[in-house]
Amino acid sequence: MLELNSLQKTYRTGDKALNDVTLSVPEGQIVGLIGPSGAGKSTLIRCINRLVEPTSGSITLSGRPITGLGHRELRAMRRRIGMIFQEYALVERLTVMENVLSGRLGYVGFWTSFTRRYGADDISRAYHLLDRVGLMDHADKRADALSGGQRQRVGIARALAQEPELLLVDEPTASLDPKTSRQIMRLLTGICAEHGLPAIVNIHDVPLAQQFMQRIVGLRAGQIVFDGAPSALTEDVLSEIYGAEDWHAMRRGAEEDRAAEADSVAHLERIGA
Amino acid sequence: MNGYPATWKRPPQIFTHRGWRIGLQTGFAVWLVLALATLDPNWARIVEGWERGLRFAGGFLQPDFTSRWSDISKGLVESLTMTLTSTVAGIVISVPIGVGAARNIAPRAVYLVCRSIIALSRALQEIIIAIFFVAMFGFGPFAGFLTLSFATIGFLSKLLAEDIEDIDEAQAEAIRATGASWLQMINYAIQPQVMPRLIGLSLYRLDINFRESAVIGIVGAGGIGATLNTAIDRYEYDSAGAILLLIIALVMVTEYGSSYLRKFLQ
Amino acid sequence: MTDASHRDTWRRHTQRQGLTIWLAWLGLVALTVWCWQIMTRDTIWFFVTDAPTQAADIGSRMWPPRLSYLPELLWPLWDTLNMATLGTMLGILMAVPVAFLAARNTTPSALVLRPAALFVIVASRSINSLIWALLLVAIMGPGLLAGVIAIGLRSVGFIGKLLYEAIEEVDSVPVEAVIATGAGRAQVLDYAIVPQVLPAFWGISVFRWDINIRESAILGLVGAGGLGLKLQSSLNVLAWPQVTMILLVILATVVVSEWVSARVRKAII
Repeated sequence: MLELNSLQKTYRTGDKALNDVTLSVPEGQIVGLIGPSGAGKSTLIRCINRLVEPTSGSITLSGRPITGLGHRELRAMRRRIGMIFQEYALVERLTVMENVLSGRLGYVGFWTSFTRRYGADDISRAYHLLDRVGLMDHADKRADALSGGQRQRVGIARALAQEPELLLVDEPTASLDPKTSRQIMRLLTGICAEHGLPAIVNIHDVPLAQQFMQRIVGLRAGQIVFDGAPSALTEDVLSEIYGAEDWHAMRRGAEEDRAAEADSVAHLERIGA
Repeated sequence: MNGYPATWKRPPQIFTHRGWRIGLQTGFAVWLVLALATLDPNWARIVEGWERGLRFAGGFLQPDFTSRWSDISKGLVESLTMTLTSTVAGIVISVPIGVGAARNIAPRAVYLVCRSIIALSRALQEIIIAIFFVAMFGFGPFAGFLTLSFATIGFLSKLLAEDIEDIDEAQAEAIRATGASWLQMINYAIQPQVMPRLIGLSLYRLDINFRESAVIGIVGAGGIGATLNTAIDRYEYDSAGAILLLIIALVMVTEYGSSYLRKFLQ
Repeated sequence: MTDASHRDTWRRHTQRQGLTIWLAWLGLVALTVWCWQIMTRDTIWFFVTDAPTQAADIGSRMWPPRLSYLPELLWPLWDTLNMATLGTMLGILMAVPVAFLAARNTTPSALVLRPAALFVIVASRSINSLIWALLLVAIMGPGLLAGVIAIGLRSVGFIGKLLYEAIEEVDSVPVEAVIATGAGRAQVLDYAIVPQVLPAFWGISVFRWDINIRESAILGLVGAGGLGLKLQSSLNVLAWPQVTMILLVILATVVVSEWVSARVRKAII
């Protein structure tokens, strides 16, 4: 259970990115965070593992506070929160396996990680995860030899290698084509369901959010303006979140994507995602 | 976890063949031992020099600017004047040579001549050129001026030629299509494209020339290097320290000054 | 087109701009002339006018090169190559920590250690390896070791500067991702930053090695061993054919090392 209590973030420039955000995410729930760019979605997610330091307010994960932790405890806390990034954020010149194993960095000492001599548990877990995301044969390849969709799968495996209690997902499909986007979303939600893992997913694509999320939170100018089931997202609500004009432009783009969706289903069956 | 491998080794990235790897590693180890063996340090001399080293470090901390000031200032003036005049002369000469060494606009014969001049200038170290110029023109900053000008030509002409070879052909084409002559083409199509970089490179070379002017004095070509050489020969480490600090300060000034000017001019 | 908008003169710059540019050029020319006069105050023009004769004289003495001198040069050549390579390695050993201290995104203290590292870089870059060698020979006596250390000290600034710039340019996204896994500082360096700068590192090192081959060839002029030592002794006795031979050997070495360095850098990129 993740709880945010009247979270505020004001950047040094004076930008108020988050304004009094209160939110709780129960075990196993997948929450989609939507809103126009600049609404504070990315800041919100980064406040949770304190890549961005919140100005005030509190965050607790399973009852333990995250705000106010010292350097060492923060590291221990971060390893329990997996994060998946928009641009995959892999270290491209390392092998796929090293990227997945880097999810264990919070658990092992420097020497172990430096010599790449991870324990048998870590390695068989990494292989298991690579198998789960469909990349068993790619372990020894360098990350920059993979396609976009494959890289995001490595990103997912890395986050899962942390054995997290919570997943933070930042625009997982923004750099992918519509077909691959749906494959990735299916994989992600499937994995969360298997492990009962709660997740917060920043997502700019509203139809995609409606299709895959259990709950949607709408953010506008740093404030929560909607919190409810995907089915409750009416045109009016969306106009409020995005502003009327932007919303209509977005909807037209979404129609094109729908065609791609039909196409992707058959492919998905084959790779078993 | 069942069924999955429990070990993993990072596959080698560069030399994927095992034999090659082992061969290279042994070769390197053998070379390292041999090379270190040829160093053959004279420990007695080093121990003796230790005290001198400490005195030098002391000289750095307590530099003496005053007792040799007339020598120092003379050296500095020589270095600075040499730097400026040689850079200007170098630029003036290297522009035509650079244009001539650009394959896309120069006739073949001119290209070959200019490229050989560049190759000659770049092949020889400044200090070796200085030795020859000192032998021909006598001691003093004039030989240094010639050395630095010659070295500047190799540096600037080469980079200028490469720049011209990289220009946007379409612009040159368009100007040529208006019926412009060769010189007009250079003036309208090439000059605007390479000018900013030429200015940047010239300022950079000014910076390099100052550094070099501090060295060529060692073989008699004038400048602060000669003063430094004398100070070290006389074991006057506090004066040597002062000279080195001055060189560092002036290099910093020219470096920041030239990068500021570059930004200002672009 | 109306008459009002029709002008029959056009200038690229406004008058004011034109004047400023013109004055700047004038100032530069005046400064150059002034410097020239100061510089040539003590020049003995007889030597200058006599130079063509001298050049012809030296030229005729230098040719042909003394080929039989070549065997004597092989050992100094080996010394020169070792001096350059060991010096580069020493430089790398010192430059890597300096670069990490100097890079804005990896320095542990921006107020104390970063300026100190930057000063080390500037000091090392300002002072030519020949001057370092001059100092070291005075302190520890002539020999290869002084040359190796001189090359190393000069390389610190060069490698350190280029490397810290490469470190500052790394993509911060993977760095953020590795931090988010709960990695410690050293682990972040190892997993996110080092892999990104490794190609630049090798490129810079080989580039400097190539430069160091040139530099180590002349360090012997001040007593640091290698080919320069032979050059110095040949110059002292005015054995010009030997000088030519040495220059040819230096030239060949430089060409080969430049080729090697270009090949290696191409392979990395």
